[in-house]
Amino acid sequence: MLRWLIGGGREPQGLAEKSSVQTIGEDQIQNPYTELLVLKGHQDIVRFLVQIDDCRFASAGDDGIIFLWNAQTGEKLYELHGHTHKITAIAPFSSSDGTEEKTDLIITASADRTVIVWDCTSGRQVRKVSCFHSTVKCLTVLQRLNVWLSGGSDLCVWNRKLDLLCKTSHLTDAGISALVELPKNCVAAAVGKELIIFRLNASSNGSEGWNVLEVKRLVDHQDNISSLVSVNDLTFVTGSHVGELIVWDALDWTKQASECNFWDSSVHPDVQQEIKLSQSPNETSVQHVTSDEECVFAAVGKGIYVYNLQMKRVIACQRTAHDSSVLHIEKLPNRQLISCSEDGSVRIWELRERQQLPAEPVPTGFFNMWGFGRANKQANQAAKKMQENTPMYFLELVGDLIGHSSAVQMFLYFGELGLATCSADHLIILWKDGERESSLRSLALFKKLAQNGDLQLKL
Amino acid sequence: MISAPDVVAFTREEELEDDLYREPPLPEEYSVPLFPFAGQGANPWAKVAGSKFTRDFILISEFSEQVGPQPLLTIPDDAKVSGTFDLNYFSLRIMSVDYQASFVGHPPGSAYPKLNFVEDSKVVLGDSKEGAFAYVHHLTLYDLEARGFVRPFCMAYISADEHKIMQQFQELSAEFSKASECLKTGNRKAFANELEKKLKDLDYTRTVLHNETEQQKKANDKGYYTTQAIEKANELASVEKSIIEHQDLLRQIRSYPYRKLKESEFHPYEPECALDRADVGSDQDPTVSDPAEPGETHLYSHMPSYTPKLIKAKSAKCFDKKLKTLKELCDVYFFTQTLDQLHHIERTFRGDVCYLLTEQISRSLLKQQSVTNFLFEDVSFLDEKPPEKQYRGCQGLGQDAIDDKCLEESLAPKVVISLGSYKSSVECVPIKMEQEMEDSEEPKMSESTMSEHQENLDYLDADIKGSISSGESIEVLGTEKSGSGLTKSESQASLPVIPSPQAGRSKVGSRRTVSEDSIEVLSTCPSESLIPEDFKASYPSAINEEPYVDDDERGLRFTPRLNPGVDDGQDDVSKQESLVQVDAACCIGKESPNFLEPLPELGQKPCEEDGVVRIPPQPYRPAEQGLRGGFPSHDGLSGGLLPYELDSRYLAGSREVSKSSLDECSDSTSYISSAASTCSDRTPSPAHLACAAGERHRKRAGQNALRFIRQYPFAHPAIYSLLSGRTLVVLGEDEAMVKKLVTALSIFVPNCGVYAKPVKHWVTSPLHLVDFQKWKLIGLQRTVSPAGVNVLHALSRYSRYLSILDADSKTLRCPLYKGTVVARLADHRTQIKRGSTYYMHVQSILTQLCSKAFLFTFCHHLHLPISEREPEESVVNRRMNFLKLQLGLANEDIKIVQYLAELLKLHYIQEPGQGGNPLLRFDYVPSFLYKI
Repeated sequence: MLRWLIGGGREPQGLAEKSSVQTIGEDQIQNPYTELLVLKGHQDIVRFLVQIDDCRFASAGDDGIIFLWNAQTGEKLYELHGHTHKITAIAPFSSSDGTEEKTDLIITASADRTVIVWDCTSGRQVRKVSCFHSTVKCLTVLQRLNVWLSGGSDLCVWNRKLDLLCKTSHLTDAGISALVELPKNCVAAAVGKELIIFRLNASSNGSEGWNVLEVKRLVDHQDNISSLVSVNDLTFVTGSHVGELIVWDALDWTKQASECNFWDSSVHPDVQQEIKLSQSPNETSVQHVTSDEECVFAAVGKGIYVYNLQMKRVIACQRTAHDSSVLHIEKLPNRQLISCSEDGSVRIWELRERQQLPAEPVPTGFFNMWGFGRANKQANQAAKKMQENTPMYFLELVGDLIGHSSAVQMFLYFGELGLATCSADHLIILWKDGERESSLRSLALFKKLAQNGDLQLKL
Repeated sequence: MISAPDVVAFTREEELEDDLYREPPLPEEYSVPLFPFAGQGANPWAKVAGSKFTRDFILISEFSEQVGPQPLLTIPDDAKVSGTFDLNYFSLRIMSVDYQASFVGHPPGSAYPKLNFVEDSKVVLGDSKEGAFAYVHHLTLYDLEARGFVRPFCMAYISADEHKIMQQFQELSAEFSKASECLKTGNRKAFANELEKKLKDLDYTRTVLHNETEQQKKANDKGYYTTQAIEKANELASVEKSIIEHQDLLRQIRSYPYRKLKESEFHPYEPECALDRADVGSDQDPTVSDPAEPGETHLYSHMPSYTPKLIKAKSAKCFDKKLKTLKELCDVYFFTQTLDQLHHIERTFRGDVCYLLTEQISRSLLKQQSVTNFLFEDVSFLDEKPPEKQYRGCQGLGQDAIDDKCLEESLAPKVVISLGSYKSSVECVPIKMEQEMEDSEEPKMSESTMSEHQENLDYLDADIKGSISSGESIEVLGTEKSGSGLTKSESQASLPVIPSPQAGRSKVGSRRTVSEDSIEVLSTCPSESLIPEDFKASYPSAINEEPYVDDDERGLRFTPRLNPGVDDGQDDVSKQESLVQVDAACCIGKESPNFLEPLPELGQKPCEEDGVVRIPPQPYRPAEQGLRGGFPSHDGLSGGLLPYELDSRYLAGSREVSKSSLDECSDSTSYISSAASTCSDRTPSPAHLACAAGERHRKRAGQNALRFIRQYPFAHPAIYSLLSGRTLVVLGEDEAMVKKLVTALSIFVPNCGVYAKPVKHWVTSPLHLVDFQKWKLIGLQRTVSPAGVNVLHALSRYSRYLSILDADSKTLRCPLYKGTVVARLADHRTQIKRGSTYYMHVQSILTQLCSKAFLFTFCHHLHLPISEREPEESVVNRRMNFLKLQLGLANEDIKIVQYLAELLKLHYIQEPGQGGNPLLRFDYVPSFLYKI
């Protein structure tokens, strides 16, 4: 296409043909998104999208402004100003006391070392906290306990009224990069290469007092932990910059399984460790991890890997899913997977069972059961055996969404309402099912006709 | 009806023809050369041969109390316009038929002078000697220094084409009413102002006189009054009387019936003006009589406060005094407003009548398509106030329904007019039909009006007689009332409506009306329609010998409007239908049966009452009147047949187009254009002010488009892209070439809203997604610089949303098109030569598409399930079947209609105030590369 444009008249020859990235033509039958709305408002990179309820979401980014949007109409509901620097974390906090009606709050943290709680119904600032010594990098709401945690250079516990309940001592300068809630009033915090487990104990004297205690430090990762996600009540997963993925037991915090060398390929399975390390860290970094009950989906470098928790191995992968790093992935209910990347595209994948025996088996070097302490070769063989008697899966590209002109930072799947993507090009795009929208418009039209009294139905 | 037959001038071609057939040719020396100006390269079809002016113009005259009728100004203000035409003479003539009731003064039984708020009179005058025909609008302005406080004025639209005046009567009347209303509003303000000053003067004078009298009284202890003292006392008394009189006048001018102004069509002016009126209106309140109106203060804020002067005892009007100019009479603001309006009128009505008519037909048709017209038409000009006669066209056909007198009486509220003397003197101009005088007596007439009536009658009588005795006859060729008298006999005879005998007969009738040296009152105002219902009863329409039969009919005409809710819908429809039937028969003769079966393509709401659509376009009306013989002279002229021919042509043309033969279409359109060349007017016909520029643009766009479809074999997929909402980027190095292509293609771009077309002629920066939302046709610069590479990168990235036409290498990359609609739209073998013709062809096909889209959009069952349980698939099936079978769409044509339907939905749903997010719809379809 480009060549045709530049060459002016020669046969169009897609650049994609040469690149290893899988491409899909313009014929995308399974891609439902045939309509889009561009939501303009941000003046800098939009990094966060967070769902408030069924039809509202908030967006925030480097311009320090938070926008509330209607996901159906794309209408801008509120523009929340309060932060002077970029937003570093955002979390929805819908609280329902027995007495009060449900209020939707969002908590935002910014590089200006403040945290603000906003009321989504009125668009007003509820309260602002500015007693932090460092930037809050992550926020987690523990609905069960009706408290929320902020993670920076230390971990603070707050109640709904924004009273500081307790805090840890200064941990590191780098600060907590991720927080996840674990059972038994515990939280896991990723601090550099370490994973620290904290436990919240109700204090003996006060009614609403909490103490936070460091329970355990896990130092299994070789590099900074980049993603931390809870799979279910029993497991959580961490991923690091060098491509290690570790599955943890959420109750006793032991390592269940681990997977590394995601970047590796069957082409050079026996390359030396030194060479592996010389790879650009971005190539192997676990950018984002998501999961359903069965599998963990990891965005590693440019690729996407599906790791089955039961089989404890990678069952499907797409080594170069995008032209550039995958920044966010999400599993849809219908066996589909959406990924977005720095290359500005969003792709929709479907996990399919391979009918015949695989022509190109999943690289064996991927699999390593640390727990059994076996040698690499044995593991490879075991893996090969498994492949033979278990169904093979692969990720099929069923559609791509091209709209953003810069890295797509994140997306939010709204089910029927569509998909919201945010990007470094300052835009948010709402992707919608054209068919559905069209029939909705018809419905609205006939409603309006009926209102105007112009509708006559003759059956 | 007409007095002595005159010699007929043989300057009209068709009459000559007739004579050639029937009579032996006249001797050479008696015949008049056919086209006296043919040698000068004039248009041989021009009918202006006899006229002494080159183009239509507007003349404002005054019947000055000092010098008699005199022309004040012409619009356009150019000596060349009137040429050798004798303005003085014509002013005299038009002012001599002022039928206005302009009586002001001391009516018997009233102590004070009384102002009349007189309706303007509207007449059509013809002067065959001068070859001039005029719509004349008489109005009266108030001037404190004038005799009877009134200054009669008139505005006349003068044209050489009688048909134009006759057929555009409604429009002219509406437009001139606006101008007149503006003048009068200004005048009332100025008059009130003047009265206030005068009152202050009088008050001051009274104080002075009073003081003097007191002093004299003191100084004089002789016990008797000196003559001086008596004189002073008399003077004082007269001043007091004068004060009371003037106060009364002020009260009267302020109590002007403003409710009339609330009628919508009297609001042609800016909010300023409206505000002003509102202010004035508030003065109606008797408790509030704030002498300095707020509106005034803002208008005259710079004016110093007035210092009263002493009024000399006998400062009677003297003839050496200079009367106020029109500008002074109406204050500058309103005067300029009026001039603007008159210029607007001039621009609107200049040019050939055919042109005006077609323009009006298409406008009215467009207006009916209120849901779809935004797609491909420039609807901005449709927003303008229509000339208020929407229903007359069709409902006038109620003419034959006779038993409506009682209807009228029950429906139209009888309003007793408080301003007693609306009754015009002129109702009884005793030109003829005096035997009918008795009938014209109105039961509502009050005592005073009766007497007035009589007086004025005498006055006018004398006036007219005077003019007759001067050797020149005034001929009242037709008024609406007298016309309706004729109608009864003639229209009944001609109910089967075969146009030719009808025309022939009326021609005979009209022959004698064309007199050598005469003013012909061709028509008077059918202007009840222009007046609010409640004023109608005593409206001074010029000649009212007839009993109000016509009025009654109008009462009926208004009925559906007055109580649409009361009427049973079914009944209404059938009534309308029958009306249409008659109308169709009247207007388009044999073709009418076809017309009654609306094609599915016509833009009609299937779910809504048929009546909405079946109302024929309004411009039929003039033609139909002519047919009914309302204006005997009408058919006698060459163009007499033109209107209905045009109409039938128009309709036939539209049908032909739907059967899509390009050649026929081009024929019919070229017919129109050739008809338009029988120009009465040597000025070009921009017809509508708003489209004047658009017209030129259309022509150019049409020409370019024509060239494009001939030059590029892949024009079809390109046009398909535009019609289906896929942005087309025209890429090229040469800005002029790209812009030309963009202009050419822009006529195929559907509008997304009522705003400007989504076309961007020239862009040099890389495109973004947002651009495709906003623009559907983009001209893009191709450069070799690094920036240019970015531009191309963006194009290739977003190629999914784009079709790309490379103007340099003549290639096109876009989805495949296999439909049929575009083939009809852009046939490269088309015989159409002219850009404007092609433009019209495109418009007609696009209109067809629009109506399909309309049908598709507004069929409930195509989009929503009939019952709750119906599965979605069956609805989808129904939808596709409808598109394929009912609308006859093939392949990609479906997508065009779907896209248009989506636009219709969006447009319809959208709340007025809300801009709405522009959304981008797209398909995942592969593109192909086309080369020459």
